[in-house]
Amino acid sequence: MRAALVAAPFLWLLALVLAPALLLGWIAFGSAAEGVPPVAPPLAWQAGALSWQGSLESFALLLEDPHYAGALLRSLLVAAGTAALALLLAYPMAFAIAEARPRWRLPLLALVLAPVWTGLMPRLGAWIGLLRDEGWINGVLLRLGLIEAPLTLLFSDIALYAGMLHSYLPYAVLPLAIALSRRDRLLEAAAADLGAAPARVFLSVTLPLSLPAAAAAFLLVFIPAAGEFVIPELLGPPGDPLLGRVIWAEFFQSRDWPLAAALALTLLAVLALPIRAYQRLGQG
Amino acid sequence: MARLILVLGLLFLWAPILLLAGYAFSADRIPFQWGGFSLRWFAALAENARVQEAALLSLSVATGAATLACLAGGLAGWALARGGRFCGRPLFGLLAGAPLVLPEVVMGLSLLLLFVLAQGAAETLLGWRLERGAGTIVLAHATLGLAYVAVLVQARLARLDPRLEEAAADLGAMPRVVFLTITLPQMVPSLVAGWLLAFTLSLDDVVLASFVSGPAGTTLPVLIFSSLRMGLTPEVNALGVVILVLVLAAVGVAGWVLRGRGGDPG
Repeated sequence: MRAALVAAPFLWLLALVLAPALLLGWIAFGSAAEGVPPVAPPLAWQAGALSWQGSLESFALLLEDPHYAGALLRSLLVAAGTAALALLLAYPMAFAIAEARPRWRLPLLALVLAPVWTGLMPRLGAWIGLLRDEGWINGVLLRLGLIEAPLTLLFSDIALYAGMLHSYLPYAVLPLAIALSRRDRLLEAAAADLGAAPARVFLSVTLPLSLPAAAAAFLLVFIPAAGEFVIPELLGPPGDPLLGRVIWAEFFQSRDWPLAAALALTLLAVLALPIRAYQRLGQG
Repeated sequence: MARLILVLGLLFLWAPILLLAGYAFSADRIPFQWGGFSLRWFAALAENARVQEAALLSLSVATGAATLACLAGGLAGWALARGGRFCGRPLFGLLAGAPLVLPEVVMGLSLLLLFVLAQGAAETLLGWRLERGAGTIVLAHATLGLAYVAVLVQARLARLDPRLEEAAADLGAMPRVVFLTITLPQMVPSLVAGWLLAFTLSLDDVVLASFVSGPAGTTLPVLIFSSLRMGLTPEVNALGVVILVLVLAAVGVAGWVLRGRGGDPG
C-alpha cells in the first residue's frame, strides 16, 4: 500500500518530467524533415533494422550562427538587468517592511505580493495602455506641456524592463522581507554600543547578514527572466532576439524542432548553475 | 528613505492595475481615455461568444489541473516527507522540484514532444487517433501545479511532530487509520492552498497551453495574448477586471484558509 502511494506520483514525474526532458535531448540530435511531426528522429527502423540517422547539425548551427550566441548573451543581460533592478528596489522595500510595526508587516507584504495574482495578461494590457504613443503617460505629459510630441515608449527597452520589473519585483521582495524581519537585532545593538554610527552598523552588520537572502532574491528573478517569452513579445522591441522568443520562433514559425530542442537544452545548461546555487541557498 | 521607496514601489506595482480597472468603466472606444462612466464593455463581453468559450475552457482546464495536481502533488509531498527511504528518492525529489525552476518554454516544448510521441504510438499500436487539446493542457498544468502542491505539503509535514503519528501507531492504529486521522487532516490547509495556487497558475498560463494544445484548445489567456498582439481594446480592459476580481477572490480564500500558518515573516 505504502509502495503504491509512493509509486503513483513517482510514475507521474517519470512520465511527465523526466521523459519529456530526455526526449528533448533525443530530438535535438534529429533533423528537420517534411511531414507531421516535422522531424526525423536520430534512430529509425529501416529495412528491418535500426539505423542511426542522427546529426549534430542543430548544435553546429548554434555554434556557427552568431544570431544564437547573441540571443543567449542578450537573454542573460536582460535577466541580469531585471534581477539587479529588482534587487535595488526590493531591498529598501523589504527593509521598510521589516522596520514597520509587527502587525503591519504581513499586510504590507501581502500588498507587495498580491499583484502577482492579478493575471499576467491584464497587467501587460495595462502597460500597453499606459505606454502606447496615444497612451495614458504620453497624454498626461502632453497636457502638462512637458513634451511636444509623444514619446516612443512601447516596444522599447523601457517597456520591456517596466513589464519585467512589474512581474518579478514581488518575488525579490519576499525572501528579503522574511530574512530582514527575522534578523537578530541584538547584533546591531551591540555594534551601536561599541560606537558604530548607524551607517556603519548597516554596512558592516545588517547588509552582510542579509546577503544570502539578497542572492536568493536575485536568482529568484534571474532564473525565470532568462527564458521569458510573453513579456518581451508584447512589450519589448520587435524582433529583439531573446532566447525564449527565439525558441518560440524556431518551433512555431520555422518549424525546426531539433533546433528549438537544442536551444532549449542550451538554456537549461546555462541555467543549471544558477538553479543549483538557488537550491543550495534554500537549504542553508 | 526606505519607506519612501516602499511607497514608490507599491505605487509602481498598483498604479497600472488600478488605472486598468478604472478605465474599464469608461465609455470611450480608445482604452485609457475617459469618456464617461459606462458598463458597455462589460456588456460587449457578455455577448462575445469566443471569449465565453475560451473562459469556459480555461475554467474547466484549471479545475481539472488543480484537482489532479492536488492528488499527485499531495502524494508526492507526503512521500518526500513521510515516505521513508525508498529506491530513487533523490531522483524523485529532483523531478518534483524541477517544474518550479524550468523555463516555461523548455517545459512546454518538452511536453509537446512527449505528447506527439504518445499520439504516434497510440496510432501505430492501437489505431487510436488522439487529438491534443484540453486534455494535454490539463496534464501540462497539473504537472506544474503538482510541484507547488508537493512543496507546500512537504513543508507542512516537515513541521508536523512525527511523534503524533508514532503515538497513534503505538496505541494500535493501523497505518491507514494513522494516515486518515492524523496525517491527512494536517495536510488539508496546504492542499487547499495548493489547489488554489495550481488553479491560478493554470488560469494565467500562455506558454504551456500554446505549446501542448492543438488548434481546438484556445484558453482565455491565449486568446487575450493573441488579441494584445494586435493592440489593446477596451474589451480586454473589462476582461482584465473580471479576471482580477476572480483571482483576488481565490487568493483571499487561500489566505483565509492559511491564516496564522507559516506565512508570518516576523
